[in-house]
Amino acid sequence: MSDTLPLSIVNNRRLEKWLRFEADRSLHLGVGKVEIGQGVLIALSQIAAEELDVDVSRVNILSGDTADAPDEGSTSSSQSIEVSGRSVRLVSAELRQRVLTRLAQRLNCSPSDITVEDGAFHLDDQPTGHDYWNFVGPADYEADITGAAQPKAPSSYRVVGQPVPRKDLIAKVSGAAFIHDMVRPDMLHARMLRQPGRGATLVGLDEAAIRRAAKGAFRVVRLGNFVAFVGADETVVQRAAVAAVTHAKWEGARVLTPEHGEAAWFVDQPADDRLVGDAPTTPTGEVVSAVYARPFVAHAAMAPSCGLAEFRDGHMEVWSHTQGVYPLRNSIADILGLPQDRVIVRHAHGAGCYGHNGADDAALDAAVIAQQLPGHCIRVQWRREEEFGYEPVSTAHRTRIAVELDAAGRPVDWTTEVWAGSHVQRPIYGGLFLAQEALPNPPPPAKPGDPPEANGGGGTRNGTPLYDFAAKRIVHHLALKTPVRTSSLRGLGALPNVFAMECFMDELAERAGKDPVAYRLAVLSDPRARYLVENVAARCDWSNRGPVGTGRGLGLAWARYKNKAAYACVAVELDVDEDIRLRRVWCCADAGLVINPDGAKNQLEGGIIHAASMTLKEQVMLDGDGITSLDWASYPIMTFSEVPEISTEIVHAPDLPTLGMGECTFGPTAAAIGNAVAHALGVRIREMPLTRERIAGVLARG
Amino acid sequence: MTIALSVNGRSVSTSADPATPLIDVLRNHLDLRGTRYGCGLEQCGSCMVVIDGKADYACSREVGSVAGRSVTTVEGLTVDGKMHPLQTAFLEEQAGQCGYCLSGILMSAKALLDRNPSPTRADIVTALDGNLCRCGAHPRILRAVEKAAAMIREGAGQ
Repeated sequence: MSDTLPLSIVNNRRLEKWLRFEADRSLHLGVGKVEIGQGVLIALSQIAAEELDVDVSRVNILSGDTADAPDEGSTSSSQSIEVSGRSVRLVSAELRQRVLTRLAQRLNCSPSDITVEDGAFHLDDQPTGHDYWNFVGPADYEADITGAAQPKAPSSYRVVGQPVPRKDLIAKVSGAAFIHDMVRPDMLHARMLRQPGRGATLVGLDEAAIRRAAKGAFRVVRLGNFVAFVGADETVVQRAAVAAVTHAKWEGARVLTPEHGEAAWFVDQPADDRLVGDAPTTPTGEVVSAVYARPFVAHAAMAPSCGLAEFRDGHMEVWSHTQGVYPLRNSIADILGLPQDRVIVRHAHGAGCYGHNGADDAALDAAVIAQQLPGHCIRVQWRREEEFGYEPVSTAHRTRIAVELDAAGRPVDWTTEVWAGSHVQRPIYGGLFLAQEALPNPPPPAKPGDPPEANGGGGTRNGTPLYDFAAKRIVHHLALKTPVRTSSLRGLGALPNVFAMECFMDELAERAGKDPVAYRLAVLSDPRARYLVENVAARCDWSNRGPVGTGRGLGLAWARYKNKAAYACVAVELDVDEDIRLRRVWCCADAGLVINPDGAKNQLEGGIIHAASMTLKEQVMLDGDGITSLDWASYPIMTFSEVPEISTEIVHAPDLPTLGMGECTFGPTAAAIGNAVAHALGVRIREMPLTRERIAGVLARG
Repeated sequence: MTIALSVNGRSVSTSADPATPLIDVLRNHLDLRGTRYGCGLEQCGSCMVVIDGKADYACSREVGSVAGRSVTTVEGLTVDGKMHPLQTAFLEEQAGQCGYCLSGILMSAKALLDRNPSPTRADIVTALDGNLCRCGAHPRILRAVEKAAAMIREGAGQ
């Protein structure tokens, strides 16, 4: 593992922020990463239980709480186990070492003589009468965390590597479990009237008509173009908000056309242009190229966003399904003009989160209203059409691959050229909340940005191929403006880039008259990647792949997420007639040490289905003053009858560092589908989603 | 005017306006918050409950329309502290990621198993096709329903 301390520890040196032994013989574990459906809490609990030798059932985890838990930034980018997991391991090992060292002095023995059985200390296999709960004291917590204690050897793991079930699922199959279900004293329900885009001004609001439709009491909180309907009866404020859409008159709203929704729109837009990688060369061999594209896509969480806030005695307390309680706390304090120590943000579970969705916006909505109505808990629930219409979406993304080939048809010089909007506009990176733009005196428009390459890049993510090519580069055109607000969604540019690159590898193989798997292996020296490709090719019976153009297709693709996290290879078998029907999917992933193999498999399967849904079906539609795909009929996702059989394998590599795996199947799945469709049809579709209309279009062109 | 109905085997009455959506009555008047709002459009299935043995949407159905009828919610699956085989099977299979879709899916599955204790995979897929799951837990959910059906059959044979 790396010698440098993880950022989570650098920023949180006090042990008691992480670990405390409680009077009820439980272990309190505080973490900054939060549960967003990925099962991270049980994995982190397993790591602490392992290092301290405490039964995992004793671990009570507090995740995402600015009043108590450590600040670990945002839960994103498959970093939770890599960073937080490593931190929990080091912190737990250090506490164990401090306690055992002190106990050994007391017992006049060596720390290594002491064994720990579910938190009780034994010497020479005899109970000492001491355990964590009666022995640990303030002395063990005095010093800052050094990170110097040596964690256990993976070969001795008893809890890590086991499929321990999640605790949080019990409530989720029984009843109330989510932020949406919270009930607080003096709670009022709120619904928003949303400004149709930055700069739109509310010039008329027929409150009488809204009150007639609402059939009940509510109050209107209005600050500039920020409008909320607040009352004790949720049904009434919901009716008010629905009616308000037709009884509000706005001026100065943006005007969009369907063309704004296509990736090609970005080609003519002003952009920040950059070169990443090798300097351009003058080609001497044959150059081939192709353009691939993905439209704007939505997070489309099952639950519209929700936020709760209460303002009492000058203190603001907020509950949110945000990915980062500390960044949100800082933003809310700043926007509302409150000192940071007077704002607490606590994480509460929401629906599956795949990036920067409406969670933070809903929390600020609630806090703005709460500041106007002190003494109440304000519960803001977004409506479905509000979620689809106003959550940040993932930018449309166009990727052009241009490759110089040698005489044998192998790439010697590879260029990935990307046109896209920003892939990350979280408020901590300068992005704006919806409410900020609606409140009086909105800040200037956000400057577009993307994560640096050291963090995996945004539009450039996975844009550098990991094949043995002599020269590789990315040309990135980061658009200075996007037609609608864009931000992070599972994998950022990885999915569209891997789709383009791994599809183009198949096109190059075909051109060279080579089998696509053999063509890849001839230019791939990374042994971990080779193993995956060979494993999946064997399991899907690649060598007996049928001829091209029969309607049945088999395609394969691989990637290493961010070129530094987990590896995944995916093969897809499908049938194409009018529609595409996925039949079977095979996947093999290498994520180094896997903390919870069942949770990891769940992530692989979920990533495959999510990516398949995006590849086959999803497109945010733009027109008029914004997004027009506002329900599940106009933004369809994969259903039970469309989901294929999925077979996953995870490489057993407990001695290698853990690699984040929540996003590793995303790009390979999209590209494997693209390649399988090309195999089935004999013609290639380079634009997502691969819909019935696109299939008919390419078949008509022949 | 009050509306009387049976919820999870219990007689309840509500003074809510008959046009109030059933989901609001369940969540806000009866404090049964396991029935989840997803779209309000009968498109996602998050709000699914069982009404007189049939899985149905609670989001846009008016409470007046269920007067005198029997409604079962996810809270009704646990009886006297004992989980329904569906809940047990979902936990054993870890059939969920975020879990927001699960109460609706459990109710669709319950209606299926109550009328057909030996469903095929295709029967289950058909019964759940009105329920969306965004996290991609579908393969596990299908396995869990099959497992629950087997548990129920074995229990009935004892």
